[in-house]
Order: sequence, then structure tokens, then C-alpha cells
Amino acid sequence: MQTLTNDNWLLTVGTFLPLVGVALMMFVPASDERAHKQIGIVTSAATLAIGIWTLLRFDFDQSEKLQFFADSEWITVIRSNYTIGLDGISLPLYVLSMVVTLLVMIYTWDNMPDAGNPKSFISLMLVLQVGMAGSFIAQDLILFFVFFEVVLLPMYFMIGVWGGDDRQYASLKFFLYTMFGSALMLVAFLALFFQTGAESFSFHHLAEAGALIDRDVQVWIFAGMFIGFAVKVPMFPFHTWLPDAHTQAPTQGSVILAAILLKLGTYGFVRIAIPMLPQGAKAWAPVIGILAVIGIIYGALGCLAQTDMKRLIAFSSVAHMGFVMLGISTLTEFGINAALFGMVAHGLITGMLFFLAGSVKHRYHTLEIGRLSGMLIQMPRLGWILGFAAMASLGLPGLAGFWGEFPAILAAYNPNFGLDVTLYRTLMVIAALGTVLAAAYLLWLYQRTAFGRPNPEFTGTHSVGAAAADDHHGADIHDVTPIEWIAWTPFLIAIVVFGVYPQLMFDVMDPAVTALVERVGAGIP
Amino acid sequence: MITALLAQAWQAPTIDWHAIAPELVLVVGINLVLFIDLWLDESKKWAMATLSGMVLLGAFVPVVTLAVVGGDVRDAIFDGRYMIDEYALVMKGLFLLVGYVVVLMSQTELEEGGYYQGEFYVLLLVSILGMVMMASSRDLLSVFVALELLSIPAYMMAAWRKRDPKSNEAGVKYYLLGVFASGVLLYGMSLLYGTTGTTKLTEIGAALAIGDPSVMQVLAVVLVITGFAFKISAVPFHTWAPDTYQGAPTPVTAFLSVASKAAGFTALLTVLYLALHGATGVHEPYIWVLAALTMTIGNVVALRQTNIVRMLAYSSVSQGGFILMPLAVMATDAAESALRAVVIYLLIYAFSNLGAFCVIMAVARKTRSGEISSFGGLMGYAPGLGVLMTIFLASLAGIPPLGIWIAKLQSFRALIDAGSTAAYALALIAAVNTVIAAAYYMRVLRQIWMAPAPDGDTSPIVVPPPIRLALAITAGGTVVLGILPGLVLRFADLPDLTGALGL
Repeated sequence: MQTLTNDNWLLTVGTFLPLVGVALMMFVPASDERAHKQIGIVTSAATLAIGIWTLLRFDFDQSEKLQFFADSEWITVIRSNYTIGLDGISLPLYVLSMVVTLLVMIYTWDNMPDAGNPKSFISLMLVLQVGMAGSFIAQDLILFFVFFEVVLLPMYFMIGVWGGDDRQYASLKFFLYTMFGSALMLVAFLALFFQTGAESFSFHHLAEAGALIDRDVQVWIFAGMFIGFAVKVPMFPFHTWLPDAHTQAPTQGSVILAAILLKLGTYGFVRIAIPMLPQGAKAWAPVIGILAVIGIIYGALGCLAQTDMKRLIAFSSVAHMGFVMLGISTLTEFGINAALFGMVAHGLITGMLFFLAGSVKHRYHTLEIGRLSGMLIQMPRLGWILGFAAMASLGLPGLAGFWGEFPAILAAYNPNFGLDVTLYRTLMVIAALGTVLAAAYLLWLYQRTAFGRPNPEFTGTHSVGAAAADDHHGADIHDVTPIEWIAWTPFLIAIVVFGVYPQLMFDVMDPAVTALVERVGAGIP
Repeated sequence: MITALLAQAWQAPTIDWHAIAPELVLVVGINLVLFIDLWLDESKKWAMATLSGMVLLGAFVPVVTLAVVGGDVRDAIFDGRYMIDEYALVMKGLFLLVGYVVVLMSQTELEEGGYYQGEFYVLLLVSILGMVMMASSRDLLSVFVALELLSIPAYMMAAWRKRDPKSNEAGVKYYLLGVFASGVLLYGMSLLYGTTGTTKLTEIGAALAIGDPSVMQVLAVVLVITGFAFKISAVPFHTWAPDTYQGAPTPVTAFLSVASKAAGFTALLTVLYLALHGATGVHEPYIWVLAALTMTIGNVVALRQTNIVRMLAYSSVSQGGFILMPLAVMATDAAESALRAVVIYLLIYAFSNLGAFCVIMAVARKTRSGEISSFGGLMGYAPGLGVLMTIFLASLAGIPPLGIWIAKLQSFRALIDAGSTAAYALALIAAVNTVIAAAYYMRVLRQIWMAPAPDGDTSPIVVPPPIRLALAITAGGTVVLGILPGLVLRFADLPDLTGALGL
């Protein structure tokens, strides 16, 4: 594998820079909340600046090669190295993680969750960013595993401390599910290492040697990785932690969870499981495809049954990740490209929807769909943005969501490597039905919350006699604030830009995906 | 005349003084502490802690010089029955360091509790001397003597709070079961000696390697392992541990759960690798079952505990299962990986577990309670201790990049390196157990981060300087070794022991 080693300090700096912010915050007393928020914003802005510099230095003509490649000794005894690099597959996600963290930091300026203590909250977010960025640059299984796990604790605390009423249950469920997945995943990683007798844990060596293992062994090892990554994605039937975690998490947590953390699972499939175990992947592909489609339908039906706006968006994540996994399961260039696009698009759109849910909650102190109505009258701008995000989420052509779903469905028409065509075409039809359901639940959500007259409860004319605990007569209802504009505009622009000109991202990813599929093909006799 | 006769009849062995310098420093130190304590005024007893700490650090110096000099001085002395090899030095270093941290932890506890200070430190040093000797023992007799030397003072230390019935119970229980275990062990050793005709471990190993083991030998192997299983509190021989841990003074609990356990493992490792490796079909399945039971039952019972020390006791039982796990495959190609896994686990586990006990002590000084619920709101009024406890418990749960993840990884690695079905099955059991373990560690963290202070008392905690130092050492070790495990991993490359297997 060819690598480019120019500027190979960039990734290390970009990944670990947030820790500088954490170190600074340790010396500022917790009572100085403003300073902590400032440090958070400045640090993540600096990190993003490094990210943009990386983007500029990236050689887009050779995006199939690992760039900014660095390889130094780390744990020599177990033959694991600090090997990092970036190619067309990881670049979009790497930069996305930085963008999302900065925007979430900005959003936090005005919208600190009720539990307070920005010092801990922002430090945890910065540590989270290290884990996320690190997972996307790691080119060594053990290193990947470490970064993959680093995100666990900060997210646990974010949900558990700053979350909703049921936060302790939700955070523990999230933690244990993920822990279970990663324990099995680790066993699979080690099994892969010993079965290949590879000279190191680097992705490159394992991808070369992995294809040579017996088919049966590959199938078993793939099973271990499958559980680890499928919990993270999450795929049906491992998804049950997600609605709880999303619903209970603070807005910031939900956004990061939806935009980045879920992608670690799908990224793991694309980067690790499939290229390293081609025959295992082929054997498991139909299972993945079927579970993905079940996820699409189940997620959509789940959405239709929800009465809570945030929970509805959470279930829609299950459905959207189903499309991503369907794309991956076809093992075609087209499908994997679609999946990678879908990952970024879902990150932007669902992240946006969670921001909106957070802001609605902030204003109405409830997310019960039945009590919300007439947003377009009470806060027209926020109502329009919600409409825009809902349209993007249901896959309206011209917005980013479309390019994740439509090609994934299309790819299932003609799966690669002799996968069962009849099965995949059936899956295709069912998945297409899923898009109709998606339109149904999103439009239904929008119709009930945004249209109609505002609920008298929140218009200030409501009789005081029946005052419930959270009845505040809509005193907090106001339109989009400047901070929200700053945090949201980049999302909105990106959704339009990638929707109108998807080539921007496909161009970066395609060479890398082609190389990947070629390698998989070489491993399947 | 007599001297001439003596010179004929008895020839003094050539003793390499440098090689046994750590033991000598300890012996001199023990006597110093004992005598100075006799003449010291009650108000100046605090000096004993400092002196004991100096003795331990003093003994650490020759360990380092021996490691640096290497080569010939480390050769066998006393006919290969007492070795100063790399393995011995690494374990000695560990025991001395743990001893030092325990002294730091004991200082305030003993001063404030009005306990006998001088005597306590003498016993602690004697126990550590036993451990240091254990690391070098390569003969059934010296193994047994070292084991008793390290255990007997510990029985007394467990009952140190003598006006507290729980502490008395702790001491008595520990003593009775400990003595019983010694008996079992001794019986096994006598059978080994009877069937092989030697007490030297390597010779026993050679004798056992010839042909299938006889019934007597099978019994001997099982009894010897059972004897050590008590010491490392492996299920079903763990029943003393929770009561003893809960009743004993906290520093003693920390000492028992880390140093004493490590010493038990040291002995088990030496005996397994040098003497019993030939009896493959016997010890492997036995240890497999012990490991699986230990980690599972330790974890499941820990889930239900409401007292933090008791929870950590069961957690330490289950950690013992993880440490034991690679030994279930030690007779395969994975022998080296297994040894490395155990040693590295002991080294890193020491930091995280001691650290957790330090935080418990610091918090209990304020709350005067050992309940998990007393940790509520810690993040609010003592964020420093809260973060430290998070680091220690997350490390114990095996979350990278904190200390124990690399040890867990090594254990899994050894199993998968062996590659047999039994090994994979044990690895899966262990994987499920990591999740169960995470559940109870997270429960404590949940109290620390998410619950309010139980009685609304949010006055800050004053951490005394010795505990501060102990926390700094343990937290530093946990974090640094987690990120750069290479620093200690090379200490676990120990050809001296595996060399006997002819690998």
C-alpha cells in the first residue's frame, strides 16, 4: 500500500489538541463558567482550523492512498504501533467530527443543560472529540480499539449527569451494551491477529493477511466484529439502547451521538471488518442486508408510534442507519459510496433535528407531540428550519439525505460478488417502502407540530386554574437566537451544498472505495 | 583447634552479598524500627512511618542496581534454590513499591486511630520481607517459609483495630482459613517430595515430565494449587476475603488485596512454571475451572454489594480470576504470553486497586461511612477525588487508555494465542464478565457523578499529605502505564521461568 507522509504531524496535532484545552481548564476554577465556555470554543475552533488545514493539504487526486501517514513505535511487545493516516473514506468523517464539536460548543454558550457545571461538561466533550477523531485516523487495530473506547466514559457521563429524568438507566444501558460489543470485538481482533500470524496489528498487514485465512474461521471472527460494530451502529436487534440514550441525553450529547458516534460502527465495518475478512463479509452480507432492512421498517414503524419528538428522531436514526448498512451489505462500490455519503448526511441532518428538538424543549419545556402545534405561527423561522430538516431527513432530492438513501437502494438491485440477487431485490423493494414510511412519519411530525393554531397552553391566554407544573404560558417561546443561528447555519448550508452537488464528497471517497472493493474482490475466490 | 575442625567439617558457602542486599536491608530495617520504637516517646511515633518508608525505598536501591548490573551476580545462589533473576527482581520491585504506598496510606490512619504504630510497621515490613523472599524462592521449603513469613504478620494486621469486633472477626477468619490452606499446601508439597524425592522445583519439574503423573502426583498438584488458591482468594476458596477485607483497617485491606495476592500469584507462577508444568492434564483444567468460577462468581456477588470495601473485595476476587485466566493455557505455545499477562496484570492492578483504596480512605475520613451511597455528590464538593476515583474504577473496568486495559488485553491475547476451544470458551466467559464488572464499577461512578450528597454536607475534604503522595503515585502509574504500557511490558519478558519449559 502506498502512503504519503507529507505533513504527518497534522493528524496527531489535530487529534490531541483538545487535550490542551482540558489541561487549561483544570487550572480555571469551576465557578468561572464563562471562561470554560470560551476555552471550549477556542480549543475546538483551533482544532477545526487544523482540520481545515488538513483538508487543504490533502491531495485529492490520490485519495485512495493513506496521507499524512505516520508510524512510530508504541507497544512494541505486542506489535502494536502508533500508525495513523487519512484517506478518502475517513477524511469526511474526521472533519465532520471537528465541525460538529465546534458547533456544539457554540450552542452550549446559551444552552447549558440544567445540571450546570460547564467545566466538567466541556472537558468531557473535548475528550470525546479526541476519541472520535482518533478512531478515524487510527490505522492499527489496537490503537483503533483504544480510541473507540475513549468515547465511552465521556458519553456515559454526559447522558448520566446532564440528561433527562431517566438518565441513569439510559446511560448505564448505553455503557453496558457498548462494553459488551467491544469485549467481543476485542476477542475477534486478537483472533484475527493470531490466525493471520501478521507481523503487526496495522490495518495494512491484517488486510493483506486476513484474506488468506480459512473461510470458516473468517466467518467466526466476522461474527465477533459484527456484534461489536452492530451495537454501535446500532443495527436491529441491538438497537434498544439508542432510543433511551438519545431521548435522555442532553441536546449536545444527542447531536454528537447521532452525528459521529454511530458512525464509528459503520466506519468499523467499512474500514476493518469487510476488507480484512472478505469471505466472512460475503457470508455475512445477506444477514446484514436483512437486518438492515428490518431496521428500516422497524425504525419507521417505531417512529409512527412515538409521542415524544426526540424519541421519534431517535427511532428515525435506526431507520437511516439501516439504509447505510444496506448499502454496505451489497459490497458494491456504489453501495459503499452511498453508505459513506449517508453517514455524513445522516450526521448533518439528524444532528440538526436533535438541535431543533433541544431548542423546542427549551422553549416549550415539553417534547410531547400532542401538545405542540402552530410553531410556524409562534416562531416562524424555527418552524421553517424544522420543515427543512424534516424534508432533508425524508430524502428529498436536492438535499443531502437523498444521496445517502437513493443510491443505497439502487445498489441493492445488483449486489456484488455473486450475492443472492433475488434476496437483494426483495430487500430493495422493502427498503423503498421504508422511504415512504419515512415521509409519513416526518411529515406527520411536522404537520402536528408546526401547522395549525398554537396550543392555547402556550399562548399566555390559557386559564391559570389548570396550571400544571410545567405550564408557563409560553413565556420562554421566542424565535431562533443569534447563537443558534451561528451553530445551525453551517449545518443548513452543508445539507444544501451536498444535496445539490454530491460530487464534492463522492469524488473524495470514490477512489478509496474502489480500491477497497477491489481488495475485497481479490480475497474472494 | 575447634576452628580447624570446623573449617574441615563445615565450609562456609560463598554468599553473593549484593544479590541478597534487598533482603538484608529489610532485615536491618526491621530491627531498627523495632528498637527505635522501644525508646521513642509516644508523641514522636509518627517518625516510625517515615523510617519504614525509608527502609522500603532503601531496599529498592539494590533491586535497581541488581537489575542494572545484570549477568553473573544474578546467578543462582544456594544451589539454584534461591534465584535472583529478572522475574524475581520485577516482583521484588513491585512488593517494595506497594509496601511504600501502604505505609503512606497507614500513616494518618494509625496516628488518628491511636493504634500501636511501631509494631504495625514492624509486622508490615516482615510481611514484605516474606514477599521479597517469595519472589526468589525456587524450592518447596523456601516457598513455604516465605509464604508463612508473609502471612502470619498479615493475620495480626487484619485484627489491628482490636476494639472493633469486625476487625477481630477479620483477623480470626483470615488466620483460621489461612492456616488451613497452609496445611493443604504442605500436604501437597509432602506428596510431591515423596513421589519425586526432591524439594527443588526444577528437579520436581524434570521428574514430573517423565511419563504420566501417578495418582499421588495428581493429588499433590491439585492440593498445591488449592493451597495457593486460598491465598489468591480464588472461588470457591475465597470466603475469607470479603469479611477480612471489610473488617480490617483500610490500608491493611489494600495491602492484602494487592501485595498478598500478588505474592500468592508469584508463588503459584514459580511452582507452576518450574515444577508442575509436566503434569499438563491436571493443572490446566483445574485452573480453567477456578478462573471461570472466580471471575463469574466474584462479579455476580459484587453486583449486590452496598458497602464499597466489600464490593472492592469481591471485585478483587474477580480480578483474580482474570489474572488466573492465562494460566489455564500455560502448557501450550502460549506459555510465554501467559506468564507475561499475569506479571503485567499484577504490576498494573497494584496501582489501580491501591489508588481506589486511597480515595476510599480519603472520603471515609469525612463521611465516616463505607456505604457506596456515601459517595453521592463527590464530584460536587471534591472534584479532584471524584476524577481520581473515576480513573481508578474505569481502569479496573478495563477501559482504555487506563492501566488495566493493557493487562486485560494481554490476558485475552494469551488465551487466543493458545487457540484451543477451551481457551476461546474461557475468553468468551471473560468477555461477558468484563461487562458485568463494568456494571458495578459504573454504579459507584454514578453515585460520584450523578447523585446528590446524602446528608447535604458539601464541605470540602482535606486530604492529608501522605495520602496525596500515594494518590499521585497510583494515579500517575494508572494513567501513564495505560498510555505507554511499553514502560513495564518489557519487565514481563521473562525467559528465566519459561526457559525451563524448553521453549
